[in-house]
Amino acid sequence: MKGSIAKGAFVYTALVGLAIMSLVPFFWMLFTSLKPLSEVESGSFLPKDWRPGNFQEVFAQIRFGRYYLNSIFVASWVTYLTCLTSALAAYSFTRLEWKSRDFLFRVYLATMMIPGVVTQIPGFAIIVNLGMPDTYAALIVPSAFTAFGVFLLRQVMLGVPKALDEAARIDGANSWQILWEIVLPLSRSGIITLAIFSFMGNYGSLIGPLIMLKSDGLRTLPVGLTFFDSKYGSQTNLLMAASVMSIIPRLILFIVGQKHLVKGIQLGAVKG
Amino acid sequence: MTAKNKKRAMRIATILGLAYLLPNLLGFLVFTAGPVIFSFGASLTNWNIMNSPPLEFVGFRNYQQVGQSSQFWTFFINTVYFMAFSPVGIVGSLVVALLLDSRLRGMTLFRTLLYLPSFTAGVAIMIMWKGLYNPDHGLINACLRGVFDLFSLPFQGPGWLQSTQNLMGLHPEKIAFAVKDIGLGAREALVFMGFWAGLGGGNMLLYLAALTNMPDELIEAASLDGAGPWAVFRHVKWPQLAPTTFFIVIMSVIGGFQGGVDSAQVMTGGGPAGTTTTLAYHIFRKSFVEYQFGYASAVAWVLFAIVFAFSGLLWKFGNKETNY
Repeated sequence: MKGSIAKGAFVYTALVGLAIMSLVPFFWMLFTSLKPLSEVESGSFLPKDWRPGNFQEVFAQIRFGRYYLNSIFVASWVTYLTCLTSALAAYSFTRLEWKSRDFLFRVYLATMMIPGVVTQIPGFAIIVNLGMPDTYAALIVPSAFTAFGVFLLRQVMLGVPKALDEAARIDGANSWQILWEIVLPLSRSGIITLAIFSFMGNYGSLIGPLIMLKSDGLRTLPVGLTFFDSKYGSQTNLLMAASVMSIIPRLILFIVGQKHLVKGIQLGAVKG
Repeated sequence: MTAKNKKRAMRIATILGLAYLLPNLLGFLVFTAGPVIFSFGASLTNWNIMNSPPLEFVGFRNYQQVGQSSQFWTFFINTVYFMAFSPVGIVGSLVVALLLDSRLRGMTLFRTLLYLPSFTAGVAIMIMWKGLYNPDHGLINACLRGVFDLFSLPFQGPGWLQSTQNLMGLHPEKIAFAVKDIGLGAREALVFMGFWAGLGGGNMLLYLAALTNMPDELIEAASLDGAGPWAVFRHVKWPQLAPTTFFIVIMSVIGGFQGGVDSAQVMTGGGPAGTTTTLAYHIFRKSFVEYQFGYASAVAWVLFAIVFAFSGLLWKFGNKETNY
């Protein structure tokens, strides 16, 4: 048993070291956000003069509350639309038999390889031609139809036994009822995973909104933070306070959805 | 059923199938498939919305310019430089997964803590790292200074985000090496941030899942035969992890060529002296700072071709390795 004690000691030491390295930057950010600016330069880890008022100061200097709401509003809409359209498409790709279905699915898969920079300019031009630049729609609509979502939910729905829908069909259910009453409830965990991914991805997206927006009132958090940083970059304490606040929704989602996330990452990697 | 009825049933099924697909398909055509074709067309024109010369078809002139542009090759090297570190990151995430696979108590807690940096990644975290790297009052140089003081050594901290120095001694503007260019600069700063964010992230979870699903009998049998931990890893676990490694490498190559946009925009502006401008960031700037839509589209297609060629090669040679 001596070997296993040594092994345990090694594993724990290594993991504690890594965990400290992962967490120290977060604590540095938190403590810096609570310092007066003069103390930021002094270099002590903990604040001597605690300034929780820094957090209020952020709201005074930029429209932080507005950015918060914009981010959550946009990310929620994208998430809702992505889940809905992906679920319908995945249902079609797994449960309905039709001509050229598999061919079309392969086209979907192939486009997942195309770098986002290729579609960036046309995406912008299309939004301008639809008369939507500098609107919420410009942020929501282009992000709401991902091939990734279809791929992920197809993977999930393939795991729902087909015998169940056949039984329902015999009982007289049509395809719409089978989708809502059988396939979707059984794919719940996969849909939650997609929802978390899509919310997080959009909540954090910088370049899309940067391209599409002009008005300050429409800015999402990443754009607002970047703007704050470039304009008032010397106020390290306030920047850290803003950063702390902007990762709070992520932390909440992380705590609530961890189980689904781990599963989802593994699911997304299964070759189609 | 008659042949005619069968054909009719088939047509109805296709209409139904397409109806379910339609909402997604429409968006897919307008925002993905359409733009891909449109973008290729644009790359053959002189489209520029700023000083708007008359729109002209210029054939492959943009592509020629891309090939002759020394800027393009510098940024290509920058991109490859960042990618060169990804094997280190992949090995790191494998080591973490092996540690977490020890099946001792408390592993779920450690997994959660180590996953946190990757889950919170984004602009806020980049701003945090900008602070950490600050040469005067950032945490990193403060720690380094502490270590140097302990041994009473003179301390000259790395310039991190403000420095063009790098570990390979690459000259910032031309393709050349020099000893004075060796050091820790902006590129390393971004690489280390990537390690921190990625160590306990998606790749680690993939390895961990593969290790957890590995049959215990194999490992037990090898241990009974007297194989030590390294031999068990080398001859039992590593071969079984091959498909996971293959997937991770392919995704790292695809992602690596397209990466570096957000960090450049938030942390360095692509500098100093262009050292952190990757191809994807170059395309972004050509498009939405200089508005050279035609030229930028051509660069985007060159990037696409590079990604395609590299992942094709990996697929061809890597897959063979995987299926022994």
